[in-house]
Amino acid sequence: MTVTLTRATPRPRATPADFARILGKLVLAGFLLGLVIIVVYPLLWMAISSLKSNAEVLSSPFSWPKSLDFGSYGRAFEQGVGSYLLNSVLVTVISVVLTTLLSAWAAFGLTRITIPFSNIILMVIVGGLMLAPTVALIPLVRLLQSWGLYDTQWALILLYTAFRIPFTTFLIRSYMIDLPEDVDEAAVIDGARHHQIFWRITLPMCTPIIISAVILQILFAWNEFLFALVFIGDDNLKTLPVGLATLSSRAVTDFPAVFAGMTIAAIPMILLFFLGQKYFVRGLSEGVGK
Amino acid sequence: MSGNVKTVLPSAPLARVAGAPVDLPTRRTRKRKRWQSLVWVVPGLVALILFVYYPLVLNFRYSLETSNIFTGQQRFVGLSNYTKLFKDPIFFKALLNNCLYAAISIVFQVFFALVLASVIENLRSNRFRAILRSIYFIPSAISLTVTGLLFSFIYQPQGGLLNGILDAVGLADLQQAWLGNPGTAMLGIITMSQWQGFGYSTLLFAVAIQRIPRELYEASALDGIGPIRQIFTITIPLVREMTGLMMIVTISGAFQVFNEVMVTTGGGPDNSTQVLGTLLYQSGFIKNDFGYAAAIATVIFVITLVLALIQVRYTSKRRVS
Repeated sequence: MTVTLTRATPRPRATPADFARILGKLVLAGFLLGLVIIVVYPLLWMAISSLKSNAEVLSSPFSWPKSLDFGSYGRAFEQGVGSYLLNSVLVTVISVVLTTLLSAWAAFGLTRITIPFSNIILMVIVGGLMLAPTVALIPLVRLLQSWGLYDTQWALILLYTAFRIPFTTFLIRSYMIDLPEDVDEAAVIDGARHHQIFWRITLPMCTPIIISAVILQILFAWNEFLFALVFIGDDNLKTLPVGLATLSSRAVTDFPAVFAGMTIAAIPMILLFFLGQKYFVRGLSEGVGK
Repeated sequence: MSGNVKTVLPSAPLARVAGAPVDLPTRRTRKRKRWQSLVWVVPGLVALILFVYYPLVLNFRYSLETSNIFTGQQRFVGLSNYTKLFKDPIFFKALLNNCLYAAISIVFQVFFALVLASVIENLRSNRFRAILRSIYFIPSAISLTVTGLLFSFIYQPQGGLLNGILDAVGLADLQQAWLGNPGTAMLGIITMSQWQGFGYSTLLFAVAIQRIPRELYEASALDGIGPIRQIFTITIPLVREMTGLMMIVTISGAFQVFNEVMVTTGGGPDNSTQVLGTLLYQSGFIKNDFGYAAAIATVIFVITLVLALIQVRYTSKRRVS
């Protein structure tokens, strides 16, 4: 690759150096394109396989389906994907609302007004970022049983909320802290109360970071597996990640239906990523870097 | 009320000029107001304490007891869960697999991703840069369960994509049940993780590279330094902090691996893909040995906490400098 370092000579005829440079560019393009294929092909294969017959899936992995058979999607729905999908939507929506609200409140309390012990509270909240969910798993089994939350959707909703408050608060706080203060002060002079300032001034000003927080929470709640596996036993309450795993172990004779279920689970998140890319990137890079 | 607030906006500088406390209540009402203001943080704090911190503390107690999920009996046994753990060859097998996971992930999700991001950000076309970054990220948006099931199909001996490709290029001798063979199963799962994760770190590196001032590249180009040497003399040194952070995040993630193994092999065959997460799950929920599972959780806690503390020191040092 170092050949590309040689300067182009002013002569009009193509020199070996020119060829080498073109060759280098071709190699680079081939490499980037190859990587695109490695990423995209398995996903396309998944979607295409969902349209095949079971025999076709087993016998010819590369071929196109002889006839496009969308029946696998219907069968996947019948075998539980419909209810897994609904449960995922329910758990995701409620935990997103709870997480965003609780985190935005906490961020407001920590940045825009004076509260007692704010440093300790900040440490307790952001310190939660350091804890792996696995570590709390075993005691949570007993606690959720004794609180009557075991095998209910509230278990997932509350856990997804609690475990994401540190990150979401951190994210929103770092944005709120940079907002100008004079607007708040003016509102206070005008007799506005804190909750009015929060709802009418601060929250609207935080819209970009709130969108980032919401998108990242959707991605987390939609894809979470460990808690969903341990705390939900009832097949009617399962969310997609665990439901799909159950489906694949049960439907050993209907692979297209499993592929259909996987495609159904994957498409909303891929769409979400492409639609909210700007906010996605902002949230991710804030989260890891600052 | 909203109209009221809006009309006040232009007078904002007045408040700053005044510089004095904006409301003037008596000391006692102000004190009560200060306590009332805690209401903003209390809901979040309560959720955190109930569902995150309290279970964490309980985990230490559980790790010192033998207990059974069904009978509910608990008995203090001191450190015997830990001594059992440190004599268990499967625990070390799992730990080793986590380390392998971390090592390979660093190669692909840190170093490879960094070089890839530099190459992408060097492309002249804005549109190509954006398209490539997005395509490479797609696998990170889908759930590990979907990826796990997808790769189970890819690795399958019958009708699997990988064996099909090997057959097509004349390497049929290499065909095998990739996840059914103890020699290849762990590498198969780790490979799948790289497929899923490299685009995520590439995207983050790309963001870091975009923050590097363009003038540095222009100046070095005037000195006759080509684009490939620029990657090594400008890009990589200037995103060193990001590289460090990504390393810590990647290692920490490698010690929390669970979903991808659970969906593909569940730790088998013959414990060859056992990681700390699956061992914890099996001990707790298949063997019902909560104390032992809690001891494994403590090991995960210590490893991830140490990494997190390094990360905190790293970021705060960076902020100072």
